[in-house]
Amino acid sequence: MSKDHLSAADYPLAEKRPDVVRTKAGKSIEDITLDGVLSGQITLEDLRITSTALRQQAEIARAAGRPTLAQNFERGAELVDVPQDVIMRTYELLRPGRANSKTELLTAAKELREAYGAAAIASFIEEAAEVYERRALFKRRY
Amino acid sequence: MMAEETRPRANRWKRFSDWDDRPLRLDQFAVEDPDNGFAAFKSPHDPKPGFAIEAGRIASMDGALARDFDMIDVFIARYHLDPEVVPEAMGMPSADIARMLVDMNVPRAELVRLAHGMTPAKLADVVSQLSSLEIAFAYGKMRARKTPGNQAHVTNAKDDPLQMAADAATAVAFGFDEIETTMRVARNAWSNAVACAVGASVGRWGTLFQCSSEEAEELKIGMAGFTSYAETVSVYGTEKSFLDGDDTPWSKAFLAAAYASRGIKMRCTSGAGSELLMGFHDRKSLLYLEARCLCLQRAMGVQGTQNGGIDGAPVTCTVPGGMRELMAENLIAVWLDLECASGNDARATESEIRVGAKILPYLIAGSDLICSGFGSILKYDNSFNASLLNGEELEDYLVLQRDFESDGGLTPVSETRVMDLRARAVDAVSAVLVELGLAEPTIDMKQSVIAASGSDETRTFSGREVGRISETIKDRNITVIEVIKALAKRGFEEEAQNLLNLVRLRISGDYLQTSAVVRDGRVVSAVNDPNNYQGPGTGYRLSEARREQIVGIRDVLTRPEVLRVESNYRSAESSRILYSTLGPAQPTKNGRDVVIGISPAFGVKLFQTVAGHPLSAVLRALIAGIAEGGCTARVVRMRHTADTSFLGLSAARLAGSGVGVGIQAKGTAVIHQKDRLPHNNLELFSNSPITKLDHYQRMGFNAAAYALGELPEPVIVPTRGEAMGSRYHARVSLIYAIETEMTAEGAEPEEIDVAFLGAAA
Repeated sequence: MSKDHLSAADYPLAEKRPDVVRTKAGKSIEDITLDGVLSGQITLEDLRITSTALRQQAEIARAAGRPTLAQNFERGAELVDVPQDVIMRTYELLRPGRANSKTELLTAAKELREAYGAAAIASFIEEAAEVYERRALFKRRY
Repeated sequence: MMAEETRPRANRWKRFSDWDDRPLRLDQFAVEDPDNGFAAFKSPHDPKPGFAIEAGRIASMDGALARDFDMIDVFIARYHLDPEVVPEAMGMPSADIARMLVDMNVPRAELVRLAHGMTPAKLADVVSQLSSLEIAFAYGKMRARKTPGNQAHVTNAKDDPLQMAADAATAVAFGFDEIETTMRVARNAWSNAVACAVGASVGRWGTLFQCSSEEAEELKIGMAGFTSYAETVSVYGTEKSFLDGDDTPWSKAFLAAAYASRGIKMRCTSGAGSELLMGFHDRKSLLYLEARCLCLQRAMGVQGTQNGGIDGAPVTCTVPGGMRELMAENLIAVWLDLECASGNDARATESEIRVGAKILPYLIAGSDLICSGFGSILKYDNSFNASLLNGEELEDYLVLQRDFESDGGLTPVSETRVMDLRARAVDAVSAVLVELGLAEPTIDMKQSVIAASGSDETRTFSGREVGRISETIKDRNITVIEVIKALAKRGFEEEAQNLLNLVRLRISGDYLQTSAVVRDGRVVSAVNDPNNYQGPGTGYRLSEARREQIVGIRDVLTRPEVLRVESNYRSAESSRILYSTLGPAQPTKNGRDVVIGISPAFGVKLFQTVAGHPLSAVLRALIAGIAEGGCTARVVRMRHTADTSFLGLSAARLAGSGVGVGIQAKGTAVIHQKDRLPHNNLELFSNSPITKLDHYQRMGFNAAAYALGELPEPVIVPTRGEAMGSRYHARVSLIYAIETEMTAEGAEPEEIDVAFLGAAA
């Protein structure tokens, strides 16, 4: 894979740069065939996006002048390997009135940073904790 | 006289009663009232655009100091505003920026760059300076992807998976880039998801699919591989509305990242009127609140927005300028470089005129997704509630595309093709249900669904059965892999491959970029298909091939078709009437001589009037009427003209009475008098489609009366104001061309002997 940043000219990757598109198990798009599905060699796991793909799309988004979209893809890249129940629990905790204190959010941030290396997500949650405190959102709504 | 004057006067002009009965009057209008949130563009409580930057950070925005920022302000100031651009953009007069938006020489990219430095109040201030026409123009210039598209709702009142599949396949055939379903009963989400995913894989692949349900459930359905996008992540323009929506900018942005991490395309939803409906509008204008929502969405890093009133569109359309406001907020969305699924969904009016007016600017300007839910199904089957345009009106929309030669994202489909696809979709989803042991649809169920326009006409699963199917799919963790296998195993390899192709898009994530859709197996987005409008000849243009698709609506009249219909009447007429040419027609001195001047193709190539009367019967009626009036009819064929006035005047000049009748084969007729100017006749019968035989007979009678110097009561052909031009003009023009082709300059009129054979037609 090239060390250079991807640009709009490399997009769509599946078409222009199939060499850089890989599943988590290292399969190429061409390997994802109907026969493969029928024989059981291709599973749902092979049809998932990877954090690499999201970072590649972030590079393209940034090159196309969309820095905030790129940041979202980068946050998404950190969540690829986070299990569904942790994602749903974190989302729930970020909703208003779910966390009773700033500490709960900071604990969740710490876990994501340490267990999954989700540094950007963790900072994002810490930032939310600050704002929620200032806007008095740590109160029960139901 | 006194009695007349004291009679009580009517208290009302009855026209108001007529107006009361029109569908428009079912719409409720509201007075402009900013204090209660009813103001489209401006409220005295809207902040003035403003900013301060200290140490590279936003210290104040639109009149609020950083320490007073609510959570929405914080998020916008931190993630949307680019401090490097803010001083430049905020320093420019709003009127200058408004002019740049409609200046084709200012590139889109430059305006997008400036938007990164503009606060919500500034964006609202700029677009509020544009007229509706300017907003539409700027929208066409500023939208992100060059090629326009459209999105459909696919739902039904029974949550019937068979119909869901058939209707999904139908929507795909009509060209929708995205289809969205939802349920009457929440637990049916999984059944809907499987059925739509299978239906959308029939015929072609690439239509993105969404199953709108509760947030956690929707993400799970996406994880199972059935859906490819989500758009019901709502944001609001006031803090209290946001909290009542049970979210914060951080929770929604987290959800956006979660969707990205699952390879699912996502856009947010916001629209004017939502804060008003939720009771926390802070006395701000609809546009200003929406500008906040849109800045927030760009700040969150979502690729796009479903925007333009949405559920708030009906309330927005109650205020002055409401529809203009919906266009203005869409303009802010695309200016902020967001994909825009531009509303035009919730039916904001009962007036078909307001519906047509609402859609037109979008149809001609184009949009990433013109409707964020065109009801591809009938109104009563729409589980989101009726759309602006629905299954009932889909053909009207196809014709609008053709009228304006404008790409609204849809393509006409033939009746046979639709039937084939519906049958295939029902068979495919049935195969999946059987193979996975979920249900056993009967032939009767399948056949009723294939033909049904809506769920009222189907004999299918009960609500309980659908619930059981759906819960089984969920409980057994059935994923798209099992569905693909089931399709292939039961002989639906093409559909299996199509479905796999769609899920495979996730691996590269190409379709997560702004405004991505799939066309002909390729991802097309704002990255590889950027809107490059810079004036005539640039931006999106209909290709010849695309134009051919759009103009290809059904039941289009051709000249061979007109001639074929006429030739069917030829033999019938030949058994009723015999025309014999006697030689050149001569004038007579007989005061009771009334001449009927027939057109060149009358009874030669054309045999019936537009109203469908055989020409033999029309002549018989005219002749009988003239005789009844005490005169004698003489038939003359004109060959130098086919024009009604000249037919009549020429006939009158040959008549000893000086009165003639001119009649074309299509049935248009005139009573003329020899001393009058060509277009100043005695009586004209221009509404041939509604002219009856009795009218022709009375016309003959009146001609005789004029010949005898009397002043008869004119014959009135009653009309109720039908749009006859639209019904008949194409045919009439083709028919008339057949007449004019047979004319020859200077050709003499011919005396015709008419013999009626057998009984009248």
